[in-house]
Order: sequence, then C-alpha cells, then structure tokens
Amino acid sequence: MFRIQPGFIDYLILACYLAFVIGIGFSLKRTVRTSADFFLSGRSIPAWITGLAFLSANLGAQEVMGMAASGAKYGIATSHFYWVGAIPAMVFVGVYMMPFYYGSRARSVPEYLKLRFDEKTRCFNAVSFAAMTVFSSGISLYAMGLLLAALLGWDFHASILLSAFIVLCYIFLGGLTSAIYNEVLQFFLIVAGFLPLVFLGLKDVGGWQKLVDRLKDVAVSQGFAAGAFTDSWRHLGDSSRNPMGIEWFGMLMGLGFVLSFGYWCTDFLVVQRAMAANSMAAARRTPLIAAVPKMLFPVIVILPGMIAIALTGSQGPGGFHLPPKPDGALNYDMTIPLMLGHYFPPGMLGLGLTALLASFMSGMAGNVTAFNTVWTYDIYQSYIRRNASDSHYLWMGRMATVFGIIASILAAYLATRFNNIMDFLQLVFAFVNAPLFATFLLGMFWKRATGHGAFSGLVCGTVAAALHHGLSLPKGAEAGIKGGWLGAWTAYPSEMAQNFWTAIWAWLVCFLVTILASLFSKPSPEDRLKGLVYTLTEKPPEEDLRWYQRPAPLGAVILGLALLLNIIFW
Amino acid sequence: MGLDLRLPIGLLLAVIGLLLAGFGLASGGDIYRRSLGINVNLWWGGVLLAVGIILLISARRNRSAE
Repeated sequence: MFRIQPGFIDYLILACYLAFVIGIGFSLKRTVRTSADFFLSGRSIPAWITGLAFLSANLGAQEVMGMAASGAKYGIATSHFYWVGAIPAMVFVGVYMMPFYYGSRARSVPEYLKLRFDEKTRCFNAVSFAAMTVFSSGISLYAMGLLLAALLGWDFHASILLSAFIVLCYIFLGGLTSAIYNEVLQFFLIVAGFLPLVFLGLKDVGGWQKLVDRLKDVAVSQGFAAGAFTDSWRHLGDSSRNPMGIEWFGMLMGLGFVLSFGYWCTDFLVVQRAMAANSMAAARRTPLIAAVPKMLFPVIVILPGMIAIALTGSQGPGGFHLPPKPDGALNYDMTIPLMLGHYFPPGMLGLGLTALLASFMSGMAGNVTAFNTVWTYDIYQSYIRRNASDSHYLWMGRMATVFGIIASILAAYLATRFNNIMDFLQLVFAFVNAPLFATFLLGMFWKRATGHGAFSGLVCGTVAAALHHGLSLPKGAEAGIKGGWLGAWTAYPSEMAQNFWTAIWAWLVCFLVTILASLFSKPSPEDRLKGLVYTLTEKPPEEDLRWYQRPAPLGAVILGLALLLNIIFW
Repeated sequence: MGLDLRLPIGLLLAVIGLLLAGFGLASGGDIYRRSLGINVNLWWGGVLLAVGIILLISARRNRSAE
C-alpha cells in the first residue's frame, strides 16, 4: 500500500487546525447557560453560518471520498446526486417545510412528528434515528482509523481515540453552536485543501477537453457509450449504456424524489442546523444558502475521480494511477488520499490531510449533536424523566455527548470485528428511512392525515422496503446481504438501480397506507394542527424583506441555475 | 452571539497561509516535481493569506460599526 510521510511543516499545519477547533469550543463555553443554548444554539445564529453548517454537516469524509470514488466509477452522472437530488430537495425544505419545523417551535424532527401526529410515530422515528446516528458516526470513525493507519502508518486505536476526544471536547463545551461554528471552519478547510488538488490534476491531464477525450476511451473500453463518463443525461435512456446501470425514471423518482427529499427534508442531522437560525426568515434561507456552494461542489468531490480514472493507464511510469485491489477491481475509494499523496509537496500535504481530518470531524460532530438532542428531548425527557429542571437536561445533554461518543467508539470496534453486522445495520436503517418523506409530505400538506395513519404507513413502508430488497438482486451478486434472501424474483442491472427502486416502493406503500389508514381513523381536531399543516398555517410575513432575502424567488433562481448545469453537461 | 466567526476562520487561514507561503519561499526545486513544477505552497499560501486578511478586516469593520 502507498504510504505518505508527512514532515514537520505538515504536522504544524495540522496542529494549528486542532488548536483552533478546541479554542472555538472554549470560547463558546460561557454562551451555554440553558438546554436551549446547548441543543438549539438559543436560536440565535445568522443564516450564512447555519447555511454553511447545513452543507458541511453532510460533508463527512465518507461523502467526500465516496463521491470521488463514484466520479471514477460512474463519471459525471454522479452529479445527479447534487443537481437532481440535493438541490431541488434543499429548495423544497427551505420554501415549503421550514415554516412548520421552525414555526411549530418543535426542538427536533421527532418532536414535530409528536406535535403533528402522535407519541408512537415520534417514538419510532426517535429511536431509529438515535441508533442510526451512533452507528454512522462509529462507522466513519472506523473508516478514518483504517485510512490513517494505511496511509500514514498511524496507530489505528490512537487515531480513533484522539479524533473522538477532540470532537467530544468541542461539543461538550459549546454544544450545537460549537459544532456549527466548527463545521463552517471545516468547510473553509475542505475547500482550501481540495481545490488545488483539482487544479493540479486537471493540469496533469491537459485541461478539460483532454479529460473529455480520455474519458471517451475509458467509457468505450468498459463497453459503454463513448460519452458515458462526461454526459450526465444523454445515456440514461437505456440502463446498459451507462456505468450506473440505471434508466432515467428510476433515477429521477428513486434518487431525485424519494431518497434526496427523504434525506434533506427529514434528517434531523441537517434540519437541526436550520432550526438554530436566529429568525424564521434565516431558517428558511439556510438550505437555500447551502444550495449555492452545494451546486458547485461536484468540482471538488466528483471531478477528482473523473481525473483519476482518465489518468489511470494513460500515464507513463511514475504518473498517477489508481492501483488495483487484491480482487482485481480498481481501488476507487482511495482516489482522494492517493491524489493528495501524489500531487502535494510537503506543506500542501499538511493542508490536504487537515482537510480530510476536518471532513471526518464535521460528519461525526453532526451525528453526535443530532444524537444528544434526540436522546435528551425525545427519549429521556419523554419517557424516562419528564419534569426535571432545565439545568438537569443541560447536564443530560453533556452526558449524552459523552455517551454518544463512547458508543460510537464501541461501534467502530464492532465494525473491526464483525464487518457484516455493520452492513446489515446500514441496510436496516435504509429500510426505515426510505418511506419517511411520504409521512412528512402528507403530514404537512394534508390535514386529514392522522397519527394511526402515519404510524401504519411508516411500518408498512419499512416492511415493503425489506420485502423488495429480499425479492430482488443486482446483476452478478449472490443472494444474502445484497438482496434476494427471499428468492430473486427480479434482477437489476446494478446495486444502485436496486437501491433506487427499493426506495420508490417503500415510499409508495407508505404513501398509500397512510392515506387509507387515515381515512379509516378519527381526524385530529383542526385547532390542534395550527402551525403544523400547510392549509392551517399563516404564511410567514415577508414584506420587510428584499426579494433576494425571500425564500421563493431565491429558490427559483437556484433551481434555474441547477437546470442550467444539467443542460450544460447534458 | 459571543463570537464573530470571521475572526477565528480569518485568523486560521492567515496563519496557514503564512506558514505555507513562508515554507514555499524557503524551499524549492526537487519537492515541486510532484506538483508539476509549480510552487503550490507559495501560490496557495498567498491566496489563503489574502482570504484570511479579508475576513479579519470585515470582522473588524463590523465591530467598529456597532
């Protein structure tokens, strides 16, 4: 395995970063007086900060490295995750959903479900979400430990414990504010560390046009249409002609509608950032502000992968190439770290490693802050100790931070021993998440939807996801964790196609069952639904805002720009 | 809120920019072969320093305006 040897200057830069991260935690300590300060930043943060944090909390290292890997595997079609998936969903949550999240004064997404529906719906969401955050932060710790050990020769245990400890420090001290402020700092570092990499890689290939030419050869040699790596839409008519193995309908509905809206509109990890904003207008602008850099992020996270695959095999000895794994497939996942090591001299190398570490920490802190809030408000305060003093819940929040981080470390070690358990758990969480957006859509826009309806819809949608997975199999896979454990009735051309269709079925079943069960159960009284449902909520006043501060025109501009990007890279 | 976020971000970028640019000035030749002959430390360090200073100035202006 390729090794990077950082020098003194590299460690110096890394040390500066760590000092600032912890310093921010200490300087915010005195602002935390109540539980609302700790969990919601006292709803006092300006929109540009919550906006960048909204983006950064999702930019964990697995996202960054995974997107680069997909860029190498699938080419520019990976940008569908951004230009079809994330952007429309972010505009939707800002314009249509934030008035209910922020306006209802719910302190978390599960608490909104409790206000809108009932206790059991909240409980289902809170418990599965809390477990999911702990496991995903554990899995990212595990991935980080492996990466640092392989790349730098650092001790696996020491790297896990040290980074967990730093995240613990700054959240323990400054709560959500500290996590959000550090996420913005981390965002700047991620851009500062990765942007020069793209520049050097592109220069090495010989510019954009050269890149397009070389990717044609790559596509043809893999048996796809010549432009499959550089045209995002043109080859989606037939799943066998593009490397993702998906046709346009499955992509648009599965990824664009169900999965992306489900994530960006209902996942408390990102929604929590907007809830910390200092006004309704700022909360609604949060995802819209995040959408602008998000649109450009494929340059930083997807383009390196495309450059890497174009260079592989076409360079002389000593040139950049992706090495094969033991099983013969190319090691796509290591694209970013390998490029860092190949192109960056001492100095920049330190900044690149800092960016990598920053993205690990921002992803982990996002999970931990979402976990401590849901644990304290939705589980502890609701089911364990109801009427304690506010300072008790603040204390519990700090304890939950410690506990959440210890649990993440345990999950990381569980992953080293039983890798299959982690795959299995991620699969289960995917089943639970798939139908969620149907519940929120009906809850916010159809006042007749009831608690019994929502709960039965969620349960049936989750079961439908599991059944679909159990009855289908991606091409070439064996029955088991990849699907088909109930018998392979249908085969999909790729795992991605299977995932998208699992989500579509889960959503559809949840949507229909919620409607049916709601019609058979007693409607909620209308005065209880004020501020929670579209038709029963007054529109937030916008008269004193300029047009570019109003969510709807801002959202329209952003959608127009995203459409333009889709057309340019058609 | 107690802390203007532009201060720590500006300061960190300026410090890293100074370190990189300083190291870039002092080093040369062989280590830049991997970055295609470009002294990226000097160039990118300079950019980060400039961005850092802009953030620091705007935070300072904001404070004196209040």
